[in-house]
Amino acid sequence: MIQENTSKTSVDQPAAQASNEDSTLIHMGPQHPSTHGVINLTLTLEGEIIVKADPRVGYLHRGIEKLAEITPYTGFIPFTDRIDYLAAMFCNQGWCMAVERLAGIQVPRRAEYLRVIACELNRLINHLISCGTTAMDLGAFTPFLHAIREREKVNDLMEKICGSRLNYTFMRFGGVCRDFAPGLDRDILDFLDRFEKFLPEFNRLISGNEIFIRRLVNVGVIPAGLAVSHGLGGPNLRASGIDFDLRRNRPYSVYPEFQFRVPTGGSYRGEAGDSFARYRVRIDEMVESARIVRQAVEGLPEGEFLAKVPRNPAPPAGEVYARVESARGELGYYLVSDGSDRAFRLKIRTSSFCAMTVIPVVAPGMMVADLTAFFGSLDVVAPEVDR
Amino acid sequence: MKTGFDNLAARLANVPWGETLAAALWLLLVAVAVLAFMATFAGVTTWVERRIAGRMMSRIGPNRVGPAGFLQWLADGLKCFLKEDVIPDAADRPLFRMAPYLVFAGCFGAFAALPFGYGLAASGIDAGIFYVSAVTSLVVVGILMAGWSSNNKWSLLGGVRGAAQIISYEIPAGLAALSVVALAGTPNLQGIIQAQGGWPWQWFAFHNPFASIAFFVFLASLLAEGNRTPFDLPEAESELVAGYVTEYSGMRFLFFLFAEWANIWVMAALIVTLFLGGWQVPGAALPDAGTGRTFWILASAAVFFMKTLTFAFLVVWVRWTLPRLRVDQLTDLCWKVFVPAGFVCLIGSSACVLIPGQGAWHAVHRVVQWGLTAAGFGLAAGLLWRARTNIKNLNERIYLKVWT
Repeated sequence: MIQENTSKTSVDQPAAQASNEDSTLIHMGPQHPSTHGVINLTLTLEGEIIVKADPRVGYLHRGIEKLAEITPYTGFIPFTDRIDYLAAMFCNQGWCMAVERLAGIQVPRRAEYLRVIACELNRLINHLISCGTTAMDLGAFTPFLHAIREREKVNDLMEKICGSRLNYTFMRFGGVCRDFAPGLDRDILDFLDRFEKFLPEFNRLISGNEIFIRRLVNVGVIPAGLAVSHGLGGPNLRASGIDFDLRRNRPYSVYPEFQFRVPTGGSYRGEAGDSFARYRVRIDEMVESARIVRQAVEGLPEGEFLAKVPRNPAPPAGEVYARVESARGELGYYLVSDGSDRAFRLKIRTSSFCAMTVIPVVAPGMMVADLTAFFGSLDVVAPEVDR
Repeated sequence: MKTGFDNLAARLANVPWGETLAAALWLLLVAVAVLAFMATFAGVTTWVERRIAGRMMSRIGPNRVGPAGFLQWLADGLKCFLKEDVIPDAADRPLFRMAPYLVFAGCFGAFAALPFGYGLAASGIDAGIFYVSAVTSLVVVGILMAGWSSNNKWSLLGGVRGAAQIISYEIPAGLAALSVVALAGTPNLQGIIQAQGGWPWQWFAFHNPFASIAFFVFLASLLAEGNRTPFDLPEAESELVAGYVTEYSGMRFLFFLFAEWANIWVMAALIVTLFLGGWQVPGAALPDAGTGRTFWILASAAVFFMKTLTFAFLVVWVRWTLPRLRVDQLTDLCWKVFVPAGFVCLIGSSACVLIPGQGAWHAVHRVVQWGLTAAGFGLAAGLLWRARTNIKNLNERIYLKVWT
């Protein structure tokens, strides 16, 4: 249909020749408004229908796993923030849990509570962005900014909790870097009151909008089997109808002490595993996260916020796999130690990477406009894909 | 308007080619006046839209240039004129350079026939609504040209989408307009307004249920023709980068935007003209001539502007509220809903023309008109009440000064 611009890179030529003559090769990204970060999807289109979608990742590869081998354990904590800048707290927690297990460090109960509060607030931040950008990808800009507005409030709380708004570096081995400032619990509860009013308003604005729903239902359906075989995690997995949440099924930290529901897909319009199910699961998870934060703040025990541990621990030789339920799903740290003060080898398992692998399977047959909706609902973050 | 031209012609009567010269001068004068109005409206609307959008999004919007940021549009315009006009190497240069002017011309051409008040129109062309519908089609050519000549695949997708969309939606828009033409008995825009009255129940939107449906079909179709959300697919930012304007920069880019905002006026004015009584002043019979004529012209223009600006606001409001349809949903909506509905409206409205001016049928018609008017205003009031409640609830948590 369109002539390939011959001055462009020759890398794409084999793909162009392999496809049908009527099809168009088009690069969506790495600089495209709806790929949310530097991700490239090489699309083969027939008209507006996608024949082939080829995700190309790696633009943001910073070799974080390799950095772990040359950085002392404590010094690696700030690097974990950069794995997923929208849900940095979980990356902190996973890394700390891995090292604590290996070194046999006990975390005080108050510290665990502080961690849970910080993590669940972080989940709110992430899901607000995710739901907002899903709306923005469908052309509704206002809901995005309303979500960002509320996110700013959580960011303010985060600043009060750990002094930072994006890259927190809040956790330490054996606890967290600092205790709650006086009056902070009140601030958090005030925010939760406000937030509980915001969600119904947001739902009225966009989640119940007929155009919005029709753009998402039955678009990009990921059946349960596919979700499992591709290792999806978190909201993406639960939206496909699989009731699995690490916080409940593989309890860690103090999560067993809280009451919360695990939302799964298929309870709203459309079928389980479609884009709308993923969107709704995130909305419902925000409600649950707010509940957990409220319970944790109200039941915050007294005690130490940081255990007495060496500044830079040198755990014994061995290996450990620690995983947390990140906002994006299972975030796993596979850590091998040789007894020195830094990791021998670290492998980080992220759910965004797994989510990218679903795209070539599900995307063919949908339209370009559907792909932005589908991609938005997967909630992929480029740095987490590439590490 | 005739009088002004007559004066000019009389003054130039002794000059050779006087009449032709007078006609040419008059045309130029009218064109400049309309262009000045269009430019001012488009410019100011960019500021208004951004302020409204800002308010809706709980942010402030432009507030630096001039009082409350009012002069932002001049600054932006100036900036765009000073920018480099980048033309991609592989672009089809003549087409690429021409496309913005076609879009602009299509929009500007529509202003020629639009009424602004009683006896106030650049041209009282008899073809009226047909002329507007025809001349705005130039926009499609421009969009398609821009999409093709940019030699960019996103642009091409946007251009093709734009062509498909605008051509599709001209049909329901035309059908809805035809049902009004059937009621008014003339396609002349001034004639259509004169066939309506000043009071709401005399408007064509509330003339009969078919005309009411035609009103909504027309409103949605015009939004689609003007590439406004929820039908802004040709330049869908999150899908097609910027659609057919992806490769444009500087002044040419400005021309596209200029046409888009000027088009808001065209949309709103057409809706008000066809369905909402145009410039008719409630309870006043406008004199053809005489002492009070100037006053009545101004009064009618004020009424027309008020109605039109209300709808311009509605267009802006809708844009910042709704998400965008998918391209197949868009064409589905057009061909499966709006086109059949348009035909039903046309046939139904034509049948309603047969209702006699007196007797039992006339009484029933009056009741239906009042009922439709009440329903229409009830709908508007409900919408406003809901908006007000939402704003009030929000203000408990957020405080934004509107004018700073």
